[in-house]
This record gives sequence, structure tokens and C-alpha cells, in this order.
Amino acid sequence: MKRRDFLKQSVFASGMTLVPSFLKGMEFLSPDQLSGYKNVIIIQLSGGNDGLNSIIPIHNDIYHRLRPSIAKKEGQTIKITGDLAFNNKLKAIASLYDLGEVTILNNVGYPNPNRSHFRSTDIWQTASNANEYLSTGWIGRFLDSNCQYPYQAIEVDNSLSLAMKGTIRNGIAVSDPNQLYKTTREPFFKNLVANTEKEMLNEDNQGYLYKTMLETYSSASYIHETSKIYKTNTEYPQNPFARNLKTIADFIVSGLKTRVFYSSLGGFDSHVNQLNSQDRLLKIYSESVGALVKDLKKNNRFKDTLILTFSEFGRRVKQNGSRGTDHGAANNVIAISGSLKKAGVYNELPNLSDLDNNGDIKYTIDFRSVYASILNNWLEVNDQNVLNSSFKTLGFI
Amino acid sequence: MNTSLSDKQIQHLYWRMGFGISSNELNAVRKLSKNNIVDRLFSESIQKTLLSIDFEGLQKNPKDLTPEERKQQRQLRNDKMSELNILWLKQLIDTKQILREKMTLFFHDHFAVRLRTPRACIHLNNIIRQHALGNFGDMLMEVSKSPAMLIFLNNRQNRKNHPNENFAREVMELFTLGRDNGYTETDIKEAARAFTGWNFTKNGAFIFRKTHHDYGTKTILGETGNFTGEDVIKILLGQKQTARYICEKLYKYFVNDDINKNHIEILTNAFFNSNYDLKTVIDTMLKSDWFYDSQNIGTKIKSPIELIVGLSKSFGIQYEDPKVLLYLQRKLNQMLFFPPNVAGWPGGKAWIDNSTLMLRLKLASLTLNSGVIEWHNNGDMPKNMMIRQQMYRKMKSKFQKKVKAKPNWNIFLSTLQAEDKASILSFMLQPKLSTAANDIVQKLHATDTKNFVIEILSLPEYQLC
Repeated sequence: MKRRDFLKQSVFASGMTLVPSFLKGMEFLSPDQLSGYKNVIIIQLSGGNDGLNSIIPIHNDIYHRLRPSIAKKEGQTIKITGDLAFNNKLKAIASLYDLGEVTILNNVGYPNPNRSHFRSTDIWQTASNANEYLSTGWIGRFLDSNCQYPYQAIEVDNSLSLAMKGTIRNGIAVSDPNQLYKTTREPFFKNLVANTEKEMLNEDNQGYLYKTMLETYSSASYIHETSKIYKTNTEYPQNPFARNLKTIADFIVSGLKTRVFYSSLGGFDSHVNQLNSQDRLLKIYSESVGALVKDLKKNNRFKDTLILTFSEFGRRVKQNGSRGTDHGAANNVIAISGSLKKAGVYNELPNLSDLDNNGDIKYTIDFRSVYASILNNWLEVNDQNVLNSSFKTLGFI
Repeated sequence: MNTSLSDKQIQHLYWRMGFGISSNELNAVRKLSKNNIVDRLFSESIQKTLLSIDFEGLQKNPKDLTPEERKQQRQLRNDKMSELNILWLKQLIDTKQILREKMTLFFHDHFAVRLRTPRACIHLNNIIRQHALGNFGDMLMEVSKSPAMLIFLNNRQNRKNHPNENFAREVMELFTLGRDNGYTETDIKEAARAFTGWNFTKNGAFIFRKTHHDYGTKTILGETGNFTGEDVIKILLGQKQTARYICEKLYKYFVNDDINKNHIEILTNAFFNSNYDLKTVIDTMLKSDWFYDSQNIGTKIKSPIELIVGLSKSFGIQYEDPKVLLYLQRKLNQMLFFPPNVAGWPGGKAWIDNSTLMLRLKLASLTLNSGVIEWHNNGDMPKNMMIRQQMYRKMKSKFQKKVKAKPNWNIFLSTLQAEDKASILSFMLQPKLSTAANDIVQKLHATDTKNFVIEILSLPEYQLC
């Protein structure tokens, strides 16, 4: 069966006739439209990944002096440049680097860095200043100003991050498209949705509840129906993070009209004996992303995909008393794509002889410049509408 | 204006100032006047039930520990935080002091502290409870000097020549004046100097460390002097804007997301002129006519805690596995003692996204009927009905193992005043039914009361109060 026929048939057979008529007209991308439809996958390494032991200034004396028992030896790394090396658990990332598909952005952060996980996560997710509390996320505001449907930003997880919440619309959180679909298809809810009329969806709270219910219902069916078109046969590692990336690959290759995907890998808060725990997590990260890229390449979608990896903060340069590191400030950010404008090491390495009062790395790139670049250069929308002020865009994409 | 209230209005009062009302209670207060019902709420809350848990094994000074002991302490602290969470949640469900507990929940959100130190958290929570219907100024002072706040907003690190402005900023922005309401960055810097030296001892008692205090002259909100932290708090309370900001927050929380300026003016005057007496301002609000206006009824999105507590209370639900209560709070984005940040929970529409909404709509069926909302189409063939019943049985056994919730249907059903559709609807749901809900309700069979109740609690309307 041709893909398009299959789509028509499955949509018809799915009981979508029950969706109120004003919600119909959902579209999917046909194969010829798929090409050039750019999307971005944001990955948060939660807990504060130690960037210095991920991408390592291997010949820096200060690095070795301040980390006598946790500094990586050259033999435990993969060379990037004369001064810089990957943690050898980042093997898959290193291979992509060699192909010119990775950009490393150093010293990304913001003024007056906050060292609380929650607060700093909020700052990154809302793109706020350090002393500003916003209740919408930057992707949520992207949805507000540039998108029509909630499913144009999908978080592959059980709950929706603040990053994905806008004023007019929120993104969709889904870990198991089937389960979400099943819940919305329970006869009671199905009947409720079928009886919902446009006049009910006004601005008050009751209207908002019905609107969200309807959007969930139609997004769930859209995601369910569209994503079953393609089920990957690429092999992924056996862990929940890899499973989430695999779901994202299915979504992208199936032609979901989603611009932003969001996922996270937790456990990076390495205060104690960090070598083992961090290495284990970096391996999961690298192998899973490696599989994702392989999958996307196979389907000719890697050139339209950007994978951005960040963490809410880096860690203190000096190790602590328990062979770990405490919360720090600026950190490296990794961009991976088949269409980078500038691959390699984007900017200067962290200056370990000029740290802030806490002994943390000072930022030289505002993280909102990275967002502005993605919005402007990659998704081709007005970045200032989303970020509420103007940030310099960077030429890596 | 001492009038009587309709059932709907009494339910409104109890939902907003508590967690709903039972049939028996409604029966007991129905013949009372509005003022008498409000007075009754206050008198029921004269008592204070402080939270208390056993901290045995938890070291006060974990400095000289081995890494292994440290790990154990961390685990123990986490366990105690969960214990504390469930203890309070159960108190919210079972309490007779509903007004005091609801006000405690309000100020738990206002003085939002997110820590993993159970002793400090329980202490702060009890301070709030003690002053919940007392004097706001006293509460503010005690909260500011509590270990929880001193830790959370870094006042311990705030020292002469090395000021930390965190607390000074938030006390103005979030606790008193409100953001951008008449203070400057210079006021924050000067106030931070006044708060230097505030600390606490190993036993958690407040201590003023003279050597850390900046004794220089400060100028704060136009006043100049050799101020201490206590002076700053007095200066902030001297600003009528503080009364206004708190009243606006109370109004949004208890009355309506949209502010009515006249009502705020009435509350602000009552609050400020009574020197920040919380009982006075709440009494003024609850004895007004406008509190019971139809535009305020059934329009608020219940917070996850209001939803869980309200449902558990109505049906006397027993949770065999208390972890389920933690799970629900986490999934619905409101974990007691764990607000997202110092600004508290954003509330209102922010509670709702696709995943929280579906769980909220499923909550009644999960806790009351093992996840099943039974549905019968009119004119279903017997064979289809059998298939459906089989499916429901399978679902039930699957969820029963996970949720382990035991509702007490007898209490609920035996006290129900009338079993017709209209009475049950009016008792269970605060807002007017949407046309979609109305269509559905028409099709439902009220002869099976249990199932009918579960169905209407699964409507979006039950999310509102």
C-alpha cells in the first residue's frame, strides 16, 4: 500500500469521525514535503552535568591541580584538538564530531548564575533573567507566536516541562502514544468530546478545560495515527532514555508536523564519587544519541534535525571532599546536526585561571543567544517575539 | 447584611475556605444565617493541631560523618520529608479546623520554601499554622527568622561586606510589596545590609550574630537610620501596599482570578486598619455579599491538593499505600513542602496540561472504582455489554493492585439527601453544566447511583469549585 493511501485509510478507520468538525483538517506531511521540514530536539542532562569531565581541557595544569583524584588522564579520553578531548564514554559523539556533525559551545551561561537545580532549570526553560520569574517557557512562547497545534512541540515524557508551556497553548507530553490514545478513547471521554461544541470553548476556566481536553484528544489521535506509519528497525540501547529518543525518531520519520521535541536524562548531580556515576550516564547519553542519529540518517532526516544538549549548570572546577563536584555555573552545550554551518569547537575554552568568586567558570555566551540562533537561523521565526528581547545570534547553524 | 445562603452558596464557602462539605454538615448549617456559618467556621478553627514527627536517627550536625553515614542521613531526610508530606495531607483530609488548615495551605504557598531538611520544614509549617488566623506581621517576622527561610534564601551567608541579597529581594518582591511596587534595587541592597547577622544555632534557635552585622546607616523606602532586620520588616508593614498586595493574593486564591478593585479596597482597609489581623480580613471577605456572587461560584480550577483532599474527604478514602498520594501529587504538579521555587505554585490555568488534565479526569474513577468509568450505550446488544463488563473487570484488577484505595461508599450514600439526578449534580458540582456535560448527563442512568456519581466526577466540571 502506498504511504498516502495508508494514511487516508487509517485516519478514516480510526473513529476520527467523532471529532467535532471544527477540529478536523489535521495534516501530516507527505514524503515530498518532509524534506526540508526542520526540527530541533532539546535534551536536558538534569542534575548539572560536569562539562569539564565530559569535554576535557586535557593539557590544562589548573584542571589537573584542582581535581587531583577525579581529573581524566589522557588515556581515558578521545582527542578533539591539541587541548581538548572527549570523555571516552562519548565515543559515538566523537565519531559524529569527526564527520563534522558536532559543534561544541563553551562557557554557556547567564549573568548572576543561580546554583539551585530548580531555579536554574526554570531560568533555562523560561529563558528569563536570573532575578525574573516567568510562568511560560521559551518553547511555549514559540508555540504561542508561531504554531497552530499543541503537538508542534512534544515532550517525550510523562509530564510537561515549564519550557513547553505557553500562554495560548501548551506543548504535548507523551511517553507512550498508545496509552495516551487509549485514555482519551475511553467511551465516557469519547462521548464527551463528541458532544463538545465550539461555543463552549471560551476564555473562562471551564472553556479552558474543555479546550485542553479536546486538544489532548485530537493530538493523541494525530500522534497515534501518524506515528504508526513508521516504526524504526534501528537498534537502540536498552534504557528509558534511548526508548524516548526512539519514539522521537518514529515521530520525525513518520512526518509529524512537530518542530520541537524535548527529552531529558537525569542523575547528573555528582557530589560524591562522580567518576563512575557520570561515566555511566555519559555512555547512556552517547550511545542513545548515536543510535538516534544513525536512524535519522538512514531515513534522510538528519540534515533537517538539530540536537541540542544542555544542563542547568556546570560544576565547580575544584573537586570537593568526597571525590565529587558541587554546583557550578557556565557549561558547555553540544549541538549535533547534519547541516551545521560551523562544526567543531565554536569558541574559546573555559578560562580556568579567571573563575568567579565561587570558583566557577564565567559565561561568555548567554544561553539565550543559543535559543535565538535556533529560532532565527534554524526554525526561521522571529526570535525576539519568543525571548522578549534581543540576543546575538551565533553562526553555528 | 446578614442573610441566609443557598445550598450552592454554602458549598461555595466550604469549597473555597476548606475542601468541600458533606451532606451531614450541610444539613447542620443550612438553617443558620450567613454570619453564623462564618462565625462557626472561625470557632471550629480556634484549636491548632501542630504537625509532629519523630526525628530519631536524624543528626543535627552532619559534618563529621563518613560518606556512607552521610548517604544514610540523606536517605533518612528524604523519608522524613515523605512522612511529613503524608502526615499533613491526611490532616487536611481529616481536620475539623478547616479554615485554619486552608489558610496554612495558602501561606505555605506564599512563603514557599523548597528544602530537604524536615526539621526546618515542619517548624516553618507550624509557625504558619499558629498565625494562620492571627497577625500577619507576627507571622512574617517569625517566618523570616526561621531556619527554613534563613537557609532557603541564604540569609546565613548574608554578612557585613559580603551581602547576599536573596532574602532582601524576595521579602519585598514576593512576601510584602509585590514585584515592581515602589521599591528600587537600592532599597534591596540597603535592606540586605540590615538583615546581616541573622542566623540560627545548632538547635535551630534564631541568633543575631553581632560580628556579622553591618551597623552602618541605611536608607530604605525613604527612611534613614541604623536599621536592623526587624526594622526593615516594620518599615515594610508600614506600607499600605503590603496590605494591598496580600489582599490581592487572598482575593485571587479564595474569590476570583480576576480582581475587582472595589472589593480589594474594602479588604485592604480592613487589613491595614486592623494592623494586619488575618481574622478581620477573612471575616470581612466571607461576610460580604460579593463573595457569594454567582460569577465567583464554580469558576476556580481546583489545585491538585484541593482536588485530592476534596475527593478523599467526600468518600472517606483510605489509601493502603501512602506512596500513591505522593505519586498523585507529583504527577499533578503539586507536592506539599515542595513548591517549584520561592514564588510558589503559579496556580489557575497553569495546573492544566494534557497529561495532568487526563489524570485529573481519571482521578475519581481511579480512587473510587479502580480506574473504570462504566459506560452503557442505550440499546447495546447483550453481547456487547458482556464484552464490556469483561473488559472493565480486567481493568479493575489491574488498577486495584496499583492504587489500593478504599472508598467508604456507605457513608457517602447513606447521608445523601436525595438520589435524583438534579440533586446529586447540584451537590457534587459547583459550576453550571456545559452543554456537552448536559448531553452526557441526560444519557446517564441515575438508578445506579454509584456509577452516576463516578461519571459526573469525571466531567471537567468537577475540576472547578
